[in-house]
Amino acid sequence: MLDKTGFPLEMTGEDTPMVSFRKVRKSYGALTVLDDLDLDISAGEMVSIIGPSGSGKTTVLRMLMTLERINGGVIYVDGKPLTHMPKGGQLVPANQRHLRSRRADIGMCFQHFNLFPHLTALENCMEGPVQVLGLSKAEARDRSEELLEMVGMISKKDQHPSRLSGGQQQRVAIARALAMRPKVMLFDEVTSALDPEVIGEVTNVIRQLVSEHNLTMLMVTHQMGFARDISDRVCFFYGGRIEEQGPPAELFGNPQRERTQQFLSAVREAV
Amino acid sequence: MFDWKWDFTWEILPRLVYATGNTLIAAGAGYVIAVVLGLMLALAQRTPSRGLTFTVREFVEFIRSTPLILQIFFVFYVGPQFGVRLSPWMSGMIAIGLHYACYLSEVYRGGIESVPKGQWEAAIALNMTTAQKYRRVIIPQAIPPALAGMGNYLVGIFKDTPMLSVIGVAELIHTANAIGSENYRFLEPYTMVGIIFLAISLPAAGLIRLFEGYVRRKLGL
Repeated sequence: MLDKTGFPLEMTGEDTPMVSFRKVRKSYGALTVLDDLDLDISAGEMVSIIGPSGSGKTTVLRMLMTLERINGGVIYVDGKPLTHMPKGGQLVPANQRHLRSRRADIGMCFQHFNLFPHLTALENCMEGPVQVLGLSKAEARDRSEELLEMVGMISKKDQHPSRLSGGQQQRVAIARALAMRPKVMLFDEVTSALDPEVIGEVTNVIRQLVSEHNLTMLMVTHQMGFARDISDRVCFFYGGRIEEQGPPAELFGNPQRERTQQFLSAVREAV
Repeated sequence: MFDWKWDFTWEILPRLVYATGNTLIAAGAGYVIAVVLGLMLALAQRTPSRGLTFTVREFVEFIRSTPLILQIFFVFYVGPQFGVRLSPWMSGMIAIGLHYACYLSEVYRGGIESVPKGQWEAAIALNMTTAQKYRRVIIPQAIPPALAGMGNYLVGIFKDTPMLSVIGVAELIHTANAIGSENYRFLEPYTMVGIIFLAISLPAAGLIRLFEGYVRRKLGL
């Protein structure tokens, strides 16, 4: 069923994408950051977003996490509208209650980690499960310790973030997001604030997630080598649109568009 | 000219100590009201309702721009005209608590605004409700930077309790006045009151600084 503006109230069928941006627009005043973006991500797919700064890469993630409202279009998660809700056969902008019910499918890691400084690593991971999901402390602790073990941070579980290095904080932040059992994980330049020598410890955790878990992941990154290694698909953003997208081998190996070629050669020169 | 009488000093000391108790109760109760109400005023200014935000902000500005003594008189003498008949103690607590709540709300506001934007975003990413965001993430981080200001106003409220003497609350100044006029001697009672205020204010300021350090360590900040 479609609403009068042509957006489906719900997406059904075998091939329903896990995430679907439909004609999504975002602008700040006169500045258009995203221009009628269409982007589908299948369940279990790992998609990397690359592009020059100001191209709208991070905005894609921020809108999917509902940190910012969109100005047009609809975002669907797991077939159901996220930014809108059905009301009388029409899609209307989502209220807080709808956002809370749909947002549970999405988890996010930030460039600057954003761990809660007043809580230990373990408490950071337990906070969401206990407060938001209503798990018992024992259950939340088991789940959190398991995840901290996975990211190699179990020995530091009683430390506050201020005592941890950037790489360690980011690994705890990944565990904290995973503890909410999201269907979709968003990584927003998670290695950009890290010293070069600790980037590997974070990318290794993400590699492990890709190979061992069936999560849908969307990652904004400046690390072309990493994106090439682990992505199923890479999207090159330019001027609020997807200029070019495809499997990493094709996009990096044989870019078709001039802007993609320029960007990639500029990045290579920088290295 | 300077004829300090020790025997008179010892004689009036018990009454002054008793009045010190009243002063501390007045300051303490007023401060509790101020701490709780101040937080409510600060949070009320952050709701999506523009009308509420505007009203509360104007109210805070109004209270902060008028003298405490006027507010005390208002609650005690004008209140009854509106059917609110309160004892001097109650009127005093409410006036002084309200007055300092407005100052504290600004301190809280500063504390809340000092919490980085990323903390709010992390709380959204964990799908917290607004109440959970404030209770679990924002307020614990807003309090440490607010502690210095909160401590200053604790000492401030203590030093402002003499204002309550004007409506007959038997705190230190009121008692010293009474002693003075009964005995025609003011040197000893006023001097003692000064010493008592000093003896409480100075250590209190030091203790507040220690407490601030303790809280910061406790929260790992």
